[in-house]
Amino acid sequence: MIKGITWASAIVSASWAGAAFASEELVSNFTLGNGMQVVVVEDHRAPVVQHMVWYRAGSADEPKGQSGVAHYLEHLLFKATETLESGELSATVAANGGKDNAFTSYDYTAYYQRVAADRLELMMRMESDRMVNIRLTERDIETEREVILEERNQRTDNNPRALFREQSNAVQYHNHRYGVPIIGWRHEMETLDMEDALSFYGTYYAPNNAILVVSGDVDPDEVNRLAEQYYGVIPANPDLPDRLRTEEPPQTAARRLTFKDARVAQPYVQRSYLAPERDAGDQQQAAALFLLSELLGGGTTSYLTNALQFEQQVAVYTGAFYSGMSLDDTTFSFLVVPAEGISLQQAEEALDQTYAAFLEDGVDAEQLDRIKLQLRASEIYARDNVDGIANRYGRALTSGLTIEDVQAWPDILQAVTADEIIAVAKQVLRPEVSVTGWLMRDEEAIQ
Amino acid sequence: MMGFKQVMAALTACVLALPALAEVKIKEVTSPGGITAWLVEDHSIPFTALELRFRGGTSLDAPGKRGAIYLMAGLLEEGAGDLMAQDYAKALEGLAASFSYDTSKDSASISARFLSENRGEAIALLRDTIHAPRFDQIALDRVRGQVLSGLRSDAKDPNDIAGRAFAAMAYGDHPYGTDGKGTIESVTALNRQDIIDAHQAVFARDRLYVGAVGDIDPKQLGELLDTLLGDLPETGAAIPGPAKVTIPGGVTVVDFDTPQSVALFGQIGIDRDDPRFFTAYVMNQILGGGSFASRLMSEVREKRGLTYGVYSYLVPRDLAAVYMGSVASANGKVAEAVHVIREEWRRMATDGITPKELQDAQTYLTGAYPLRFDGNGPIASIMVGMQMQGLPIDYIATRNDKVNAVTLEDVNQLAAELLDPDGLHFTVVGRPEGLESSSE
Repeated sequence: MIKGITWASAIVSASWAGAAFASEELVSNFTLGNGMQVVVVEDHRAPVVQHMVWYRAGSADEPKGQSGVAHYLEHLLFKATETLESGELSATVAANGGKDNAFTSYDYTAYYQRVAADRLELMMRMESDRMVNIRLTERDIETEREVILEERNQRTDNNPRALFREQSNAVQYHNHRYGVPIIGWRHEMETLDMEDALSFYGTYYAPNNAILVVSGDVDPDEVNRLAEQYYGVIPANPDLPDRLRTEEPPQTAARRLTFKDARVAQPYVQRSYLAPERDAGDQQQAAALFLLSELLGGGTTSYLTNALQFEQQVAVYTGAFYSGMSLDDTTFSFLVVPAEGISLQQAEEALDQTYAAFLEDGVDAEQLDRIKLQLRASEIYARDNVDGIANRYGRALTSGLTIEDVQAWPDILQAVTADEIIAVAKQVLRPEVSVTGWLMRDEEAIQ
Repeated sequence: MMGFKQVMAALTACVLALPALAEVKIKEVTSPGGITAWLVEDHSIPFTALELRFRGGTSLDAPGKRGAIYLMAGLLEEGAGDLMAQDYAKALEGLAASFSYDTSKDSASISARFLSENRGEAIALLRDTIHAPRFDQIALDRVRGQVLSGLRSDAKDPNDIAGRAFAAMAYGDHPYGTDGKGTIESVTALNRQDIIDAHQAVFARDRLYVGAVGDIDPKQLGELLDTLLGDLPETGAAIPGPAKVTIPGGVTVVDFDTPQSVALFGQIGIDRDDPRFFTAYVMNQILGGGSFASRLMSEVREKRGLTYGVYSYLVPRDLAAVYMGSVASANGKVAEAVHVIREEWRRMATDGITPKELQDAQTYLTGAYPLRFDGNGPIASIMVGMQMQGLPIDYIATRNDKVNAVTLEDVNQLAAELLDPDGLHFTVVGRPEGLESSSE
């Protein structure tokens, strides 16, 4: 298999919620007096620490008309605070031999530094400072708005696959903010101002809306002491709003879209279905959906790959995706990249027929066993990357899950039966709730 | 919060001593059959990461067979020994091991990860993969289709268009001048014998480097090496000679209808074994080395909002060394970005750096070094890279001293000699306003 383009990225923009969870003994957690949650993942093999603060605030929490403000604010947190000059936080991290950055998604915004373990206190001092003390200038607002517009150019407008994904999401979600791109719609990004940024900051950046996740060569008691000292003294925001979001209405008609662009070299078809996400205390259905995605499109031996690439040879790539880590309803999706000479219509029909055949054949017990074996092994491999484990806790805790849910997930996956997988497939993957998109060449435009 | 800055300054000052380096204890292991590997033993997690690298890479493609080695590497997981592709994949899944393959201009790599509990079976499967790949015609045609699909996509990707145009200009007929994936025509014409020939060209003992990290001891590793690699042929295809690099100053515009122009820029670079390499490395960190604090990021992004990212990087390959950079900027702004970058090149060459810039770069580079050693796989890969560069086994312990030994005078002298603002060439893909290809 050649990875010419990372096809998975064509369809899944957020990080893939893998199922590799570490042994619980590496993880400890506690809550500060002001409500800030703390998770520590220990690994003492190298004297390095990753320090992260996750906010339960992402693009899906933005006010109407201000799409992109969560991500814009993320950029602006690298400007001045009461005590740090613009850029000084990153410069200080670098001068201490560390690396820092931040990222924004639908359900969270997170900031992190990786640095020598003995610099943890300095990181906490600066990160806690910018939780409540940023001081922006009009020049920051203008220049950084240009930067995020260039980021949109680079990630989206210069990439027809990203533009197609943006349109597909908008068709998938009629009434929920997951239908609006994280980076924002250009026309709204162009109007973002100081007031928009500070309003979002004042509403959501507070210790009772944040999770501290520290991983690496640290002692949990020392992390607790430092966290109390730097984060524990920040008052909670008593007016923190609940994350009440508009829900999708029942979908009663299949939806279709075609997207044409002269820059498309390789057309493909994608199909998505609104699907339940992992919920606190209720992850069984999500586990069955995850295993369904692995059975159908999780690699060389999966059902779709076998049928479309090996037997029928109508596709150069096939995939099935389910990302269960999400605050609200997520999607289950298929991607088929047709072989040369195969039309999108033929590719879509082959997908439909193959999926129907899968339901008829049922789950291959040996395949399911191999997948479960690999999931168990992934728990061993995951211990080699505690920062990855830390990220999973951050994502889970900002997506409505608890630490117990994260730790229960491997066993829930192992317990899923073939019957449960077929049942959830029939319940979720129904034609009337589908969105089918064709990404096409615009031949006339490239004359 | 009063006094915060003073407290922080004090804290910063007292910790500015170098952070403890990750203690990476490398042993050299020689197998009974005479194969050498570098090993880091760590029995805390029951698996091993094994990195195999063969010097040569896609530059070993035979004349007229461009893309053969890239396609061959893509076929390694498509069946070996008695196992056709699907059965091979099932066997691998059943071991919960992973083998991945990569090719570059200078090397072909196999990165393996396997559990201790079934190490013997995993190595037997990997042995078949290396020694007895099937290269079935049906698999060849299927994977060829994937490669061709990728090539068609690359032809409409501004980053790939820029990379190909720049390489063709810089390296001409040398293998570095063309994409190792090949062309639609060359890949379409490849047959099974070409793939078998490519396999024989690449995998040989005289160009092999090995790193292993994890739950394995020297004796076990020695036996593993002989089983896995002992029967490799002594030699493969001859590695080509150095490339003649031609980079004229100026601008090349490649017309492509997209809202943001992508620019690749570069000039002659500096070899990895040049005594001034560390000086160049420190200089580049200050000029455009990827941190938010670099001069290019500061001038092009932070002050002017012309881009999301601008970087420069040394590219010391085996057969040529260049100094490259990249930026992406809206069609209406890219001309200004190009101008600012060229002027920063000039300012560094003319005025040099400040003592504070030097100190900041040194503390960053020395402090960030241990962050690389963050897992068995990354450490195995780093060790193989060190061997290929001919570095000593104790290099990790001395590397930061080399960074710290660079002086302000070293950097300023090198910047004046190396940086060539008027010789810098920009290859711009897009519809840039106010930029035209320079005439030669």
